Amino acid sequence: MINETRPRKQSEAVSNMPPAVYLQNITKTFGAVVANDSVDLTVPTGTIHGIIGENGAGKSTVVSILYGFYTADSGSIEINGEPATITNSADAIERGIGMVHQHFMLVPNFTVLENVMLGSEDGFFLRKGKAATRKELQRLSDEYGLDVDPDAVVETLPVGIQQRVEILKALRRGARILILDEPTGVLTPDETDRFFDILRGLRAQGVTVLLITHKLREIMEVTDGVSVMRRGKMVAHKQTSETTREELAELMVGRRVELTTPRIHVDTGPIALEARNLTWHGARGVARLRNVSLILRAGEILGLAGVSGNGQSELLDVLSGIAPVQEGQIIIGNRIINNNTPTDPAELRGLGVAHVPEDRHKRGLVLPFEARENAVLGYHTGPNTGEGRFLSPRALQGHCETLMERFDIRPTNPKLAAAGFSGGNQQKLVMAREIEPEPSIMLIGQPTRGVDIGGISFIHAEIMARKAAGCAILLVSVELDEIMALSDRIAVMNAGEIVGETTRDNADYRQIGLMMAGVSGTGDAGISGMGDTA
Amino acid sequence: MTYLDFLLIFDSALRLATPLILCAMAGLISERAGIVDIGLEGKLLAGAFTAAAVATLTGSAWMGLCAAVASSVFLSMIHGFACITHKGEQIISGIAINILASGATVVASVALFQRGGQTPTLDRDERFSPIDLPSTEALTDIPWLGPLWKELISGHTIPVYIALISVPLIWWLLWRTRFGLRLRAVGEMPAAIDSAGVSVTWLRYRALIIAGILCGIAGAFLSTAHGAGFVREMSAGKGYIALAAMIFGKWKPWSVLAACLLFGFLEAGANRMQGTPLPIVGEIPIEVVLILPYVATVILLAGFFGKAIPPRALGTPYRKER
Amino acid sequence: MTRLPAWIEYLLIPLMNLTLAFAVAAVVVMLIGENPIDALTVMINGAFVYEGALGYTLYYTTSLIFTGLAVSVAFHASLFNIGAEGQAYLGGLGALLVALMLQDWLPMILMIPLCIIGAAAFGALWALIPGWLQAYRGSHIVITTIMFNFIGAGIMVGLLSGSLMRPGQSNPESLLFEDNARMPQLHNLLGEFGIELGRSPLNLSIVFAALACFGVWLLIWRTRWGYALRTMGASEPAAHYAGVPVPRMIVTAMCISGALAGMMAINTVMGDQGKVTLGFPAGFGFTGIAVALMGRSHPVGIILAALLFGALLQGGSELDFEFQTITREMVLLIQGLIILFSGALSLMFVPWMERRFARKEIA
Repeated sequence: MINETRPRKQSEAVSNMPPAVYLQNITKTFGAVVANDSVDLTVPTGTIHGIIGENGAGKSTVVSILYGFYTADSGSIEINGEPATITNSADAIERGIGMVHQHFMLVPNFTVLENVMLGSEDGFFLRKGKAATRKELQRLSDEYGLDVDPDAVVETLPVGIQQRVEILKALRRGARILILDEPTGVLTPDETDRFFDILRGLRAQGVTVLLITHKLREIMEVTDGVSVMRRGKMVAHKQTSETTREELAELMVGRRVELTTPRIHVDTGPIALEARNLTWHGARGVARLRNVSLILRAGEILGLAGVSGNGQSELLDVLSGIAPVQEGQIIIGNRIINNNTPTDPAELRGLGVAHVPEDRHKRGLVLPFEARENAVLGYHTGPNTGEGRFLSPRALQGHCETLMERFDIRPTNPKLAAAGFSGGNQQKLVMAREIEPEPSIMLIGQPTRGVDIGGISFIHAEIMARKAAGCAILLVSVELDEIMALSDRIAVMNAGEIVGETTRDNADYRQIGLMMAGVSGTGDAGISGMGDTA
Repeated sequence: MTYLDFLLIFDSALRLATPLILCAMAGLISERAGIVDIGLEGKLLAGAFTAAAVATLTGSAWMGLCAAVASSVFLSMIHGFACITHKGEQIISGIAINILASGATVVASVALFQRGGQTPTLDRDERFSPIDLPSTEALTDIPWLGPLWKELISGHTIPVYIALISVPLIWWLLWRTRFGLRLRAVGEMPAAIDSAGVSVTWLRYRALIIAGILCGIAGAFLSTAHGAGFVREMSAGKGYIALAAMIFGKWKPWSVLAACLLFGFLEAGANRMQGTPLPIVGEIPIEVVLILPYVATVILLAGFFGKAIPPRALGTPYRKER
Repeated sequence: MTRLPAWIEYLLIPLMNLTLAFAVAAVVVMLIGENPIDALTVMINGAFVYEGALGYTLYYTTSLIFTGLAVSVAFHASLFNIGAEGQAYLGGLGALLVALMLQDWLPMILMIPLCIIGAAAFGALWALIPGWLQAYRGSHIVITTIMFNFIGAGIMVGLLSGSLMRPGQSNPESLLFEDNARMPQLHNLLGEFGIELGRSPLNLSIVFAALACFGVWLLIWRTRWGYALRTMGASEPAAHYAGVPVPRMIVTAMCISGALAGMMAINTVMGDQGKVTLGFPAGFGFTGIAVALMGRSHPVGIILAALLFGALLQGGSELDFEFQTITREMVLLIQGLIILFSGALSLMFVPWMERRFARKEIA
């Protein structure tokens, strides 16, 4: 441990009140995985406290234990200075703990009012509870500026408002300690700012906020104190004012971050893929893509930045043939794809388009299948799998062994189910499968999500090598650092539109951040509207 | 056809619809809580047998009814144990319950009575008799209303009235009480219930208990009110028609009631029309009429008139996620 | 995610589930006041020992292999086909129609394959509609196949008591298959070669059942199509990603499933009764679900499970003769219990096993 701080010492500076939350020696294992290894945590009352760490560092587990979703194997919890046994969410709620989960816990077809009252209905008959909740919503709206229409059906509301409903729900249940698990993942920077204002308002009212995030910027901006987790352990407790981003980053990762894959310069070739004016409507007619146009040239990487949920996933779906083209067209070589000449992933693979999907668990792999079966997913009609209409286990085995050796996938057991591999090795298996046929176009979504540092450099190097070999690559990532490290050109998506494009050399973080937020980027020399280039 | 003929068809339709209504309400409450219940048929059959057997043995229709409820709730609990506690496949569990009931009723019936799977015929006292509602006499002479009251509204057995009352009761329970709010929530988004500190398991078990009670009453109706004893396979697919009616009514109590009455009316009409040719179409074979509810449900499911949207979490066991 | 060793997953757990089902049945027998061992002995004798008993057992096994395979093919596509009962029923109609149209002109060597095709085609047709509705209209296959069982039964009652009814009969049953459209029974067939076999309805269909098993194994595990089918069954998003034409696969899988169920008719209708009778599938379509579950949807497992249930059905009928108070419906009870324990409660022992297994690994 880098900074073994006794709880008393840490809270001294704030006040002599007992801390709102005091965890000691919390340990939790899932099977062979130690999610929390004797974790200590002290959160002074009336502060915003951040817990930061990489994916899988154990942040969510700590708060799940605090909220009674899991019970710790050992360790003790004190709330407001009193020992507490929390075995389920009801215990937590009773002690004034509220939680806003990463995935909202809202009943989509209920109204705001029904959702807020669920679990605190004020007696058996709804009539009375409804009136009381309505009054309470009004009060909370006045006090904290949390304004929502109580009769709106939740599924029709934007995400930012749904999150507000979650907070109202917790407050309605009398929460004085509010846990927020990765709350900003679905918000634009602008929504995030407003959200932080709400948090500051809550703090002013004496509410203690526990903010779980992996974004350093947010910690620096809004928290009073911060605890850093790495591989299930608490590695440091800091006052935010006394630390720096660099220090926290180092604590999180355990060594200096080198997110610089040496970029290889390649002279770009001819246009490999062109999308023209793609517009795409999802369920219930909501426009997910608006007039998206882009060009991919051989030997370059186009990075697509944006807050998740702004149309990147839909764009990948349409370009890879999973979703049909509705309006506009895609041109690959002399094949023109529009709504009259539809395509499918199988045809596109034939045209040399490889697709590394954003979600490897859902799409990229069939988890219960053996690795050797997964190694031909999407290519099962190709030459590596057997003869004629038949599938040969021996061919699958040989093919998989080759991939495992070349891409250093471990364990090197082609018969192991995909579910048995680590995240990094699963991702390498997907990458290997897609790179091996030497595609001329690659669509890559979130290539390093949930992958360890070593795996990240490996995967980045492979992407770079494909580019060097003349492949045209579209890289979609929510990690701006990743986009910056790999791309030659960067396009930014917001609300289904490409709102701007720049070359890597002219790009700067602040400008791209504004564009991700939907704030127009005109006036900056390096950034131009996408319409001009199309 | 006279006014009285119509009344008699409606009267018969109401009786035929009674087990459908009770079972469909059972299915509704179970599926609103997120548990698929194709075991309605089995619970109905088990209820029918237990009611008749216990009524014979004790001489009391009411004891029979209680036993029917108990046996049907027992099967519901097996369903719950498999689907809620052990997160098993709900459809498989439902099929198991149906087959189990169809075997166990005959086995138990033979073991107890040795009459080839039937129970002895029940006496008047061991059955539910029709009850005349008050003021039937007073209204007799009033034209239209008098016969309506006498033939259609009055003169049914207790379970018929229970079935009719169950509909507003279930509606009220689902939309006007805390229990109903939580039950509907658990069928849509169980995680929301769990994070509100309410037990998903116990809510779902309670839904299944209510479903069991309703199916038990339906079973008792079959063997101790409508009929006079148990015969093997006497549920004859009514549990499945109820399932169809529940889907046809889109999981809403009043619409489900309407579907049950429609299906009951079809059957009553078919029984009555048997052998008499209709204008234009001629004689309609009863088989054709009897499959109409299933055909109608398939057409509905195909989305040709309106969309039937089931509860979102239907059929998926609840697992806590990280 | 820990994985259990194969012998625990494929041998021990199924055996434990089976034992549990029989244990509960034994308790029921004891409650009735009889000795479970006696009952079991009667059933075993009835299934294997008495003359011709084995033939009957294998005859039932044949039907169950067909319906079990039918359910399992749909399972691999993650579709729950509860409609095997109705598909088998309609399969009988298909075979009958082919026979009635052609049996006066064609020889046996042509009639039998044509009738089999007729049975398979009608079974497939009866599964095609629910499959199509699932694939293109999103109607839940479980509900539609249940409805189709009833619709099919209604149609069959109408036909068997109407235009297809054999004149001079009081019960609804069909016109007869002539000898050239009947499946040869094995005791006759082997008798020609001088091999004596007890009389039983066991017929050539068992050979077709064995072929079907091999065919299904080949199709599911050794073809590109089977790979696509299993992908779709395991993860629909992954299937979309891989370019598997999901709706078309659903329809095709249901057709194959229905065809297999329809082929059950060649065993009972062509191999034994020589006519289509009212309700001849007699629950074998539903038992097919139990067979597929017990057999873990693998042809070898299905053969074993079909044999088990075949023996139960044949042995169970012996209960009627030997006991006053136990009937053959005991088998239905056992069947329900097996579906409950090895289907719905199949996960019951898994956490416990995993704990034991994990402990071993550490030690």
